[in-house]
Amino acid sequence: MTLSEDPAAVPLLSVRGLTKLFGSFAACDAIDLDIAPGEIHALLGENGAGKSTLVKMLFGVLQPSAGQILWEGAPVTISSPGGARQLGVGMVFQHFSLFEALTVAENIALSLDTGISLSRISEEAASLSRDYGLPLDPKAHVADLSVGERQRIEIVRALLQNPKLIILDEPTSVLTPQEADRLFETLFKLKAEGRSVLYISHRLEEVRRICDRATVLRHGRVTGACDPKLETPASLARMMVGSDVAEVHRDESAPLGDIRIEVSNLSVPARTPFAVSLRNISMKVRAGEVLAVAGVAGNGQGELFDALSGEYPVDEDEAIRIRGKAVGRTRINGRRVLGAGFVPEERNGHAAVSAMALSDNLLLARSQPDKRAFLAGGVASIIRHDAVRSATRRICEAMDVRKSGDDPLAGSLSGGNLQKFIVGRELDRQPAVLVVNQPTWGVDAGAASRIRQALIDLAKAGSAVVVISQDLDEIFEIATNIAVISEGRLSEPHPAGTLTLERIGLMMGGIHESHSIPERAPSMPESTHAR
Amino acid sequence: MRVELEKRVRVSTLFSILSPLLALVLTLVFGAVMFWLLGKEPLNALYVYFVEPLLEVWSLHELAIKAAPLILIAVGLAICYRSNNWNIGAEGQFTIGAITGSILPVMYPEWHSPAILPLMLIMGMLGGALYAGIPALLKTRFNTNEILTSLMLVYIAQLYLDWLVRGPWRDPQGYNFPQTKSFQVEAVLPEILSSGRAHWAFVFAIVAAAALWFMMRFMLKGFEVSVLGQSERAGRFAGFSARRMVWFSMLLSGALAGLAGISEVSGSIGHVQPVISPGYGFTAIIVAFLGRLNPLGIIASGLVLALTYLGGEAAQLSIGISDKVSRVFQGLLLFFVLSCDTLIHYRIRLIFAGAKSAEIEA
Repeated sequence: MTLSEDPAAVPLLSVRGLTKLFGSFAACDAIDLDIAPGEIHALLGENGAGKSTLVKMLFGVLQPSAGQILWEGAPVTISSPGGARQLGVGMVFQHFSLFEALTVAENIALSLDTGISLSRISEEAASLSRDYGLPLDPKAHVADLSVGERQRIEIVRALLQNPKLIILDEPTSVLTPQEADRLFETLFKLKAEGRSVLYISHRLEEVRRICDRATVLRHGRVTGACDPKLETPASLARMMVGSDVAEVHRDESAPLGDIRIEVSNLSVPARTPFAVSLRNISMKVRAGEVLAVAGVAGNGQGELFDALSGEYPVDEDEAIRIRGKAVGRTRINGRRVLGAGFVPEERNGHAAVSAMALSDNLLLARSQPDKRAFLAGGVASIIRHDAVRSATRRICEAMDVRKSGDDPLAGSLSGGNLQKFIVGRELDRQPAVLVVNQPTWGVDAGAASRIRQALIDLAKAGSAVVVISQDLDEIFEIATNIAVISEGRLSEPHPAGTLTLERIGLMMGGIHESHSIPERAPSMPESTHAR
Repeated sequence: MRVELEKRVRVSTLFSILSPLLALVLTLVFGAVMFWLLGKEPLNALYVYFVEPLLEVWSLHELAIKAAPLILIAVGLAICYRSNNWNIGAEGQFTIGAITGSILPVMYPEWHSPAILPLMLIMGMLGGALYAGIPALLKTRFNTNEILTSLMLVYIAQLYLDWLVRGPWRDPQGYNFPQTKSFQVEAVLPEILSSGRAHWAFVFAIVAAAALWFMMRFMLKGFEVSVLGQSERAGRFAGFSARRMVWFSMLLSGALAGLAGISEVSGSIGHVQPVISPGYGFTAIIVAFLGRLNPLGIIASGLVLALTYLGGEAAQLSIGISDKVSRVFQGLLLFFVLSCDTLIHYRIRLIFAGAKSAEIEA
């Protein structure tokens, strides 16, 4: 790739033949990339395409195995994040590295190496955040801030170093549409000042909207460089995936059946100081219906899943009914026996144990509901390994799980394939009720479309499906009805066709319908609501 | 310069299997160096230490006697460690098991009934289990660290034993020696074969190892142990309770340590005295890891560690070196097992200066 548009300009950062080997596996393979001063450059790619590895090398977290990095035309070695900051590279990570118990200013001070006084940091941070339209109170405790506000801390922290290049890793995955708009304004301001932005994302619409150029990665190689404004989302997706992504089909006309899962006035106090309490949640999901629960991360989605799955049973038995039976105090296996299936958000260490074989991971969710098939010997509960293994093969075939070997460790599968297996593990029993939290989080586009289609098909076959998701595109693709969760409260469900993106965005931001005027728990500080 | 451990992408299966053997070889090499530094002929010393004890029938019996408590305790500990509960206090559970198991023969020396031995064994197991229940209760109730509580309880148990045999349990006809009356014949664990001293504890050990191997390999309970050991959250998703697993694993390992304790007192010693164990409860930790936390592997590693005790005694007699050497060998072995395992999973990376200057300026 060359800078044909403006041959006179020396690129701010060039990367030539950059390669990173892990053993014999090339996470990045001879990558070329140029970032011009004052441009917003998108780095596109599916999970596992090598985006994070590339960025870690640019920020000095990893050392390249081969290749060269040029900074303003001169070759450099970036041996540590400190060295990267020294050059003028700032980074905003996807997962924030903030201490929740400390204030904003204290968190910023921690990232600066020398002993500048806290009051000076507060002042500078405040003035920076004013200049860039990133309202931030330096004295606020991080625990009390929304995710959007936390991201601002990271951005201000990066800006304090006066960087020439700012790297943002999936910045909008945790933001409401309105918060994202505000972030884009900040990025345009940075661009106008002549700073460059490397913007990592897999949201194609966004990239088309704000980025000047895009570099697409697939399997560690550059597969395309383009002006995203001249491309369509479909053509960008093709570059990312290497083939056309199957479109998800939905049949709108299917009639709804009886109520399969019913939640009435469910309130759950927060288990830890940083968790969200659920307040007065009610919902009904009928056979044939997909109810999507939208919301910004950290508004009680995990807690709602825990209550619905029975991993943490609730006090009130009547608060949750599955197929008409009160199950509030029933544990997860009791609910499974009633015909419910569950897919948690976190794959490794929650939905699956990565150091165990796939067949063991099948048993993880199915040992009780499929007792007769998988266990023998009465109380001794001898595992029938053959039966479990053949069921594993059946699921892998049905969901097209790509793996090496017959029964590999769960950890050896890519995120998308493992997720297909975890979803397939539940679909295989034809559950009457399926509750899924973030079904396609961190999953490649091909696997995501397959999983979404499977959820729609399950509902069509007469099951009730609850999908908790942060991905609005996904929600509009599959939902029959949409409700929004915010600060532990769930809105009324609305038919998917009647909602606009803007309306959902407002609901996600905490603007509830008039009937739910927020009543604050005494421990909840004011700033939680200041969004 | 700084040293970093970097996780290897692929772990060599060959070396994972060879790791305990590699550790053994390294221990022998460093043991030879140690003998040489002590001014002994290294090869001869190693021969006396590791080969001679295997050449005679009576010393094979001694090997079985020493291996039995090691294996019994270690298989219980292996279940604990696999479930991510770190019982370090097996020595204390061994001691309490020996005490509770000895209540009948010490208090009722005139009771001659075949029922006495089974009762003693059961009471020993109960005592060990209850004593391990203390750290379990503290962990499930107050979230205390079981490594600390179980370890500290060892010293309480040992001092309690010491007080018992010097005080209430002392044999009045024992010339003031701190020990109880010798157990009646019915209360002594019998020998397995007529050719030597080895008693039934070794059979218990093999049966326990086989049973727990079967559990881990084929039963849902074993699956529960492994899942909860690797991820409590995934275990909860599977409907398993981490809290109940704390109880299960601690009580199981405590009961086995207690059984080892009463078997040792009843089978090998014949009475209760202030010191009843050369540190079996701690050495069993090494046995468990050297056996890769696999009950069948533990049978082999238990025999190896028993050999270090036996060799220590032999070397003391024939080449005149302190029996502390057996502790050194055990320490070396644990060190090499753990470091071999670490190096199989991680690679050492040295990062030289250069990064440094930039960091200071930034």
